[in-house]
Amino acid sequence: MTETAYQHPLMAAYWKQLDTRFPQVETVFDDLMAEALAVLTRDGIDAYLEAGRIIGKLGRGVEPMLAFMEEWPSTAKAIGEAALPAVMALIQRMQKSPNGSAIEPFLQTLAPVARRLHSQAQLQRYLDLTLDFMARTTGSIHGHHTTFPSPGLPDFLAQAPNLLNQLTLSGLKNWVEYGIRNYGSHPERQKDYFSLQSADSRAVLQRERHGTLLVDVERKLDLYLRGLWRDSDQLVPYSTAFDELRKPIPYYDKLGIRLPDVYDDIGEISGIDRYRTVLAHIVGHRRWSEAQVADNWSPFQRMAVEFFEDCRIDTLLIREYPGLRRLFLALHPKPAENACDPETTSCLRHRMAMLSRALLDPDHGYTDAALNDFVGRFHAVMAPSESERRESSTKEIAALALSYVAKTGLQSDQFARVHFDDTVVDYRDDNRQLWTFIEAGDEEESFDETRKAEPDQEIRSLPPRHYPEWDYRSQTYRPDWVSVYEALHPQGNAADIDRLLAKHDALAKRLKRMLDLLKPQGRVRIRYQEEGSELDLDVAIRSLIDFKGGATPDPRINMSHTTAGRDISVMLLLDLSQSLNETAAGSGQTILELSQEAVSLLAWAIDKIGDPFAIAGFHSNTRHDVRYLHIKGYGEHWGDDAKARLAAMAAGYSTRMGAAMRHAAHYLGARTADKKLMLVLTDGMPSDVDAHDERLLIEDARQAVKELDQQGIFPYCISLDPKADEYVGDIFGRHYTVIDHIERLPERLPQLFMALTK
Amino acid sequence: MTDKDQYKVEQEPFYQQQKNEVALYEAAYRNRLPVMVKGPTGCGKSRFVEYMAWKLGKPLITVACNEDMTASDLVGRYLLEANGTRWLDGPLTVAARIGAICYLDEIVEARQDTTVVIHPLTDHRRTLPLDKKGELIHAHPDFQLVISYNPGYQTLMKDLKQSTKQRFTAFDFDYPDAALEAQIVAKETGMDEAVAAKLVKIGGVARGLKGHGLDEGISTRLLVYAATLIKDGVDPTDACRMAMVRPITDDADIRDTLDHAIDATFA
Ligand SMILES: Nc1ncnc2c1ncn2[C@@H]1O[C@H](COP(=O)(O)OP(=O)(O)OP(=O)(O)O)[C@@H](O)[C@H]1O
Ligand SMILES: [Mg+2]
Repeated sequence: MTETAYQHPLMAAYWKQLDTRFPQVETVFDDLMAEALAVLTRDGIDAYLEAGRIIGKLGRGVEPMLAFMEEWPSTAKAIGEAALPAVMALIQRMQKSPNGSAIEPFLQTLAPVARRLHSQAQLQRYLDLTLDFMARTTGSIHGHHTTFPSPGLPDFLAQAPNLLNQLTLSGLKNWVEYGIRNYGSHPERQKDYFSLQSADSRAVLQRERHGTLLVDVERKLDLYLRGLWRDSDQLVPYSTAFDELRKPIPYYDKLGIRLPDVYDDIGEISGIDRYRTVLAHIVGHRRWSEAQVADNWSPFQRMAVEFFEDCRIDTLLIREYPGLRRLFLALHPKPAENACDPETTSCLRHRMAMLSRALLDPDHGYTDAALNDFVGRFHAVMAPSESERRESSTKEIAALALSYVAKTGLQSDQFARVHFDDTVVDYRDDNRQLWTFIEAGDEEESFDETRKAEPDQEIRSLPPRHYPEWDYRSQTYRPDWVSVYEALHPQGNAADIDRLLAKHDALAKRLKRMLDLLKPQGRVRIRYQEEGSELDLDVAIRSLIDFKGGATPDPRINMSHTTAGRDISVMLLLDLSQSLNETAAGSGQTILELSQEAVSLLAWAIDKIGDPFAIAGFHSNTRHDVRYLHIKGYGEHWGDDAKARLAAMAAGYSTRMGAAMRHAAHYLGARTADKKLMLVLTDGMPSDVDAHDERLLIEDARQAVKELDQQGIFPYCISLDPKADEYVGDIFGRHYTVIDHIERLPERLPQLFMALTK
Repeated sequence: MTDKDQYKVEQEPFYQQQKNEVALYEAAYRNRLPVMVKGPTGCGKSRFVEYMAWKLGKPLITVACNEDMTASDLVGRYLLEANGTRWLDGPLTVAARIGAICYLDEIVEARQDTTVVIHPLTDHRRTLPLDKKGELIHAHPDFQLVISYNPGYQTLMKDLKQSTKQRFTAFDFDYPDAALEAQIVAKETGMDEAVAAKLVKIGGVARGLKGHGLDEGISTRLLVYAATLIKDGVDPTDACRMAMVRPITDDADIRDTLDHAIDATFA
């Protein structure tokens, strides 16, 4: 083809201006110009074509030129066409250096980089950074050659959009700096670093990332779920950093709610509010969605059902908290009504996204008749009925979705080319819970763990003691129902406990100051007593003066002495059931290990204060076999014997809590102290293999607590079970704390003890 | 003699019944049984007692207990005067003499040796020995003892003795359910019920965080404060922060969560 092939004289002139013979450019020229003309000014067009011409003549083939021709209009749209000279200047520098091959990746990623950076000033910093990178890594390998290109530059440029999706410019700078400083003279390692292959490259990236990290706001989100929604779950982050192609979407399953590890602010919506919005949406599904059988529906139908159901959920959520509407709308795309061409493209997604917008946004402004009709029908389904009893349902909304697909379906919906822009609602989860499939045998059977049947046949040192158990159904005790065997806990290595204490040295120092305040101060003077052992001269004289002056004197002119009142005996009762072997969420340690550390610290602290205390553990394997393991008695020192037993702490079997508390009370009750505190540390609800009714042992433990109260014992439970709210209050009334972050148990347990006994 | 009328509750206090507590209290009073009112702070315990005193037409003497309080502060003491000494009855003694309802607010705050002086008044004896004065008072037939007690504040160091607890009949108060609480806030302040319901909703959020960093949720009293500020023209979100969030916590995460709940509720 020649110039003359172009009908429009202007196009022919542009083509001539570009002055190229690359056929690859020629075939797309029309389209490129169409885009350029829509974005650039008249001068801008000239500059565009001139720059294209220059790049085409660099002698580096067609690729750089094509990249530029394609990328520039949208780059200019993002940051302004005035940035072109700076871009061309950098290209010239590359061309004159051995780094000409970096021009192509530079141009290839320019538009997404610009979109990320938003302003010409920001882009300039990126260009400067690139130039600096190039200067410092080119030809420096052996110090005397200048002909080596920068090994890392092309990889860096290719990664730039990905990097900027996670880093601020200054974060990027730090990341680059690290790579140059450490791998400036190792070509291979430099390449690995800048292509994000090496471990430290990822580690530094992680360190420099911006946005709101899930790990930083986990507690807030947990409070959000509990406070606003009476829900709670494990929050599991997934990485968004290294998976640019298939962006993972939030979802939830048996193991928890999966969320991206970082969220950037979008406009005025902060990262934390984005997390909250996702959680609200997921909670909504958990409350109001019913799974539907997917097999009978086409993918299109399913997609429509998902959009409709998501909107139903969002609408119900807004009813709970009207402020959510603002968040939803700020995060929901607003597709332009004519953005999709149904002649060439499948527009179903586009239609659905518009509808979704319109269902939530009263000011959507779309004019399409079918769309508006369905908006009306949606609100009719959602309207609370007169009886107030009937709620909308997934089923109803699915029916509406199907009729929408039937009504608006187009032949072109089947096209392979799908309109995707502005159709992703990123606060919504992937809806995997919305579907069940009959075909795929998804009943993954959970085989009940086979229990080790027989307990170790160790010699029992003491005869069993029998305790009653409370049967809440008949409201009576079953006498002598439970057999408790007491034995000395086996011994391990006491030095292990000292090591644990050393590990928490800093914490111990902090605790020490508070402990000193709790320590009994010996004899204390109590002033302002009407009756006392001695006259308090200061007060007496003041009273006399008042009296002489005709005023009413204070009669409390005596003082007395007491030994500062701290007469507390403590029993620390540890649940040693099987579940303690599980790894605690958010830490590499098992619950058992963390409990061991916490108990060591607590024992150390109580010992410092000087309160007499005992430690025992328990577990059970049916009512015939409750083990009560003696770790430390009141008469023993907090010394090597006790520590050695604590060091050997192990977990197994179940949790018959009531019996263990009764047995512990037998010792604590015999103390003569003023105050008797029984701390129960547990990670789950009372249960045992022979108790099939879940309430049974809960009710028995509750009854045991009442018995303790009668005996003047103050029970207090420290629960590590995130679900404890459901039952622990039934047992312990208000005497409990749930530790949400188990990894902080070593710190929290002594603090709790001090707060309780202050 | 002390003027009985000064302790009368003149105006009918507004009290919204939660269940059948008014009738139950009347029954306890008919039989002069001592009453314990348990419940979290600001849930209406004092208001209830005040209302009952009004309804029964009996004088009400309220004593706010604290840890420095001694038995003399309840029972009475000798005062020195220019020409000798004079005995002055304490509030408990006054109540026993004139036949008032004596309300000991937050009794756990008082030291345990103080608490025991009420024992003889709470069993069949209905007497109060004034040891120092050498007098034994037989309580007036109208006298009744009421104590309040917040189980949430109870710690190992501060709890009622079992022997004290077992002398009382008890009411277990809690924050009313959402609809009722909204009514209370609305009636108490003249606020319209829709806004009151929003305040209650936020209160509920805080109550859901109990045990996770909050010792108590937001009380009805604080909801009333917030409503009062809003009635006065304060922006609702500011009023909520000031009256409902800032007083109860210094925990930044909890504050943030509650602030968010406020914004999400007042869209
Ligand atoms: N049932 C109710 N009817 C009317 N007003 C109520 C009711 N419950 C609570 N209130 C309101 O709550 C406020 C606080 O109640 P009140 O002073 O009786 O609390 P309390 O339980 O005695 O608290 P505290 O333990 O802190 O002394 C009252 O002033 C009143 O405005
Ligand atoms: Mg009160």
